Amino acid sequence: MSESNSVGIVKAQVAHFTQPLTLKSGAVLPQYHLTYETYGELNAAKTNAVLICHALSGNHHVAGRYTPEDKYPGWWDNLIGPGKPLDTNKFFVIGLNNLGGCHGSSGPSSVNPLTDRPYSATFPVVTVEDWVESQARLLDYLGIEQLAAVIGGSLGGMQALQWNIAYPERVRHAFVIASAPNLTAQNMAFNEVARQAIITDPEFFEGDYYNHGTVPRRGLRIARMLGHITYLSDDVMGEKFGRKLRHGDVKYSFDVEFEMESYLRYQGDKFAGEFDANTYLRMTRALDYFDPALEYEGDLSMALSRAKAKFVVISFTTDWRFSPARSREIVKALLDNALPVKYAEVTSAHGHDAFLMPDPYYHDIMRAYLEQIKV
Amino acid sequence: MMNANITNIRPDFALITNWIGNKAKVLDLGCGDGTLLTHLHETLEITGYGIEKDDSNWLAALKNGVDVIQMNLEEGLSGFEDQSFDTVILSQTLQAMHNTESIVHEMLRVGREVIVTFPNFGYWRNRIQITFGTMPVSKSLPYQWYDTPNVHLCTINDFDKFCAQHQVEVIERKVITDGQDVHVLPNLMGNLAMYRLRKQPT
Repeated sequence: MSESNSVGIVKAQVAHFTQPLTLKSGAVLPQYHLTYETYGELNAAKTNAVLICHALSGNHHVAGRYTPEDKYPGWWDNLIGPGKPLDTNKFFVIGLNNLGGCHGSSGPSSVNPLTDRPYSATFPVVTVEDWVESQARLLDYLGIEQLAAVIGGSLGGMQALQWNIAYPERVRHAFVIASAPNLTAQNMAFNEVARQAIITDPEFFEGDYYNHGTVPRRGLRIARMLGHITYLSDDVMGEKFGRKLRHGDVKYSFDVEFEMESYLRYQGDKFAGEFDANTYLRMTRALDYFDPALEYEGDLSMALSRAKAKFVVISFTTDWRFSPARSREIVKALLDNALPVKYAEVTSAHGHDAFLMPDPYYHDIMRAYLEQIKV
Repeated sequence: MMNANITNIRPDFALITNWIGNKAKVLDLGCGDGTLLTHLHETLEITGYGIEKDDSNWLAALKNGVDVIQMNLEEGLSGFEDQSFDTVILSQTLQAMHNTESIVHEMLRVGREVIVTFPNFGYWRNRIQITFGTMPVSKSLPYQWYDTPNVHLCTINDFDKFCAQHQVEVIERKVITDGQDVHVLPNLMGNLAMYRLRKQPT
């Protein structure tokens, strides 16, 4: 495999914060740490920083590999690297694991320094607003006053939006990709089923499974299987699996009969082996709670009235979990505020997952726009 | 305000410039690669948005620095508030619209003024081709009958009547052929029709 435009071998770093963080819920984190990675060089004027906000199951490992033997690179490696659409020869790219995560930042599975035990269920519920606050502190720590761009897809797009509400003066360009200004009831319903699968797993122990030596694997697996169905389009599932049988003919059993089942079980098992259930609960809740228009009687335009950035909003035609119609609501609010905005509706068969794929038109858009940004 | 650098742009773009105020807020429907908006921005310091459905045009507009929204005009302008633009432009696209009536109404809803331009089907060269028994094919109608995107061609007389019937006030009308104004028998001698419109006061 050619690695000529990879960021290469990368290393995660940890930033510790001792200034207490008051969360939206009112809970206070007296101290916390954030795990992050950076690619490219911060320029002398510190004007070329780009923050990548991750989605539900993402983390700080956005690009590159830890060792040459790593099977997979970071989760958005197809976008980021020297000569790639988000060119690390030009930009200094920051990826972090959000608070409440399970890949190195303070979260339910990390050790609470006050008790020397995992936070477990005592780790508070975090929101998109809290994440942006903690991200702003990470920028302070890195000495970056203003971002050239904040980029996020899905739940990450919500953070990109929130940056423009909380810190409009700190963002020059915002990419809100495959996202929404809040979740619909149907969308929240999927999250609730996922959470119920986890919470009712007998090995969940009200979130304290670390101290019981168990993992609510079954619940997490079902949660992920459900998620996967909603991230794909009917068409792409049909194309990928159709009604193909796993063993040539039916066995009249409840074992894996269809290829699609095999795929879902594989994805579920893989995820259950590497993700933390308590983090999953918190990530889905952050999705549910995000609704910046709420305090403006549902008026998103009012919520975004302080925004100053130039926006790029992108949706994908077959994404039914974060449909183009939801992105158009964001576009409308930006238009109402006479803000510069470019909106693309990318034709793709891949449903919500499309935002992570290297669709040529999508990546041409990213490249062309990012090339125009002056740093 | 006419500008020296208009010589290289389409003659209808130059004329459109005369109908738009300094620093106006402009929406260009079917903006293509954004040439008109870029020109208006350079000459009149307008702020504007373009709407474009086609991927390659959209990308070209982005590269030209235009704020471009990818959507299908046939679905209307539901993302735009009433009277939120000074001028809404539809240049040489009306004839290719399916929902012709609704887009004109939508433009008049969103814009305080509307500019519509279209190839005049009543132009004498078109009439001659019809007289000799074939569908017109020309520089302004460069398609064969079987591959044309133009589904609602009309003449200047047709459009005048349309405006009268749909409570649309014609503020100004200009008819041109090869970049020259046409004053005599416009429906016969004019190749391109340009209208500056607004909603008739009720």
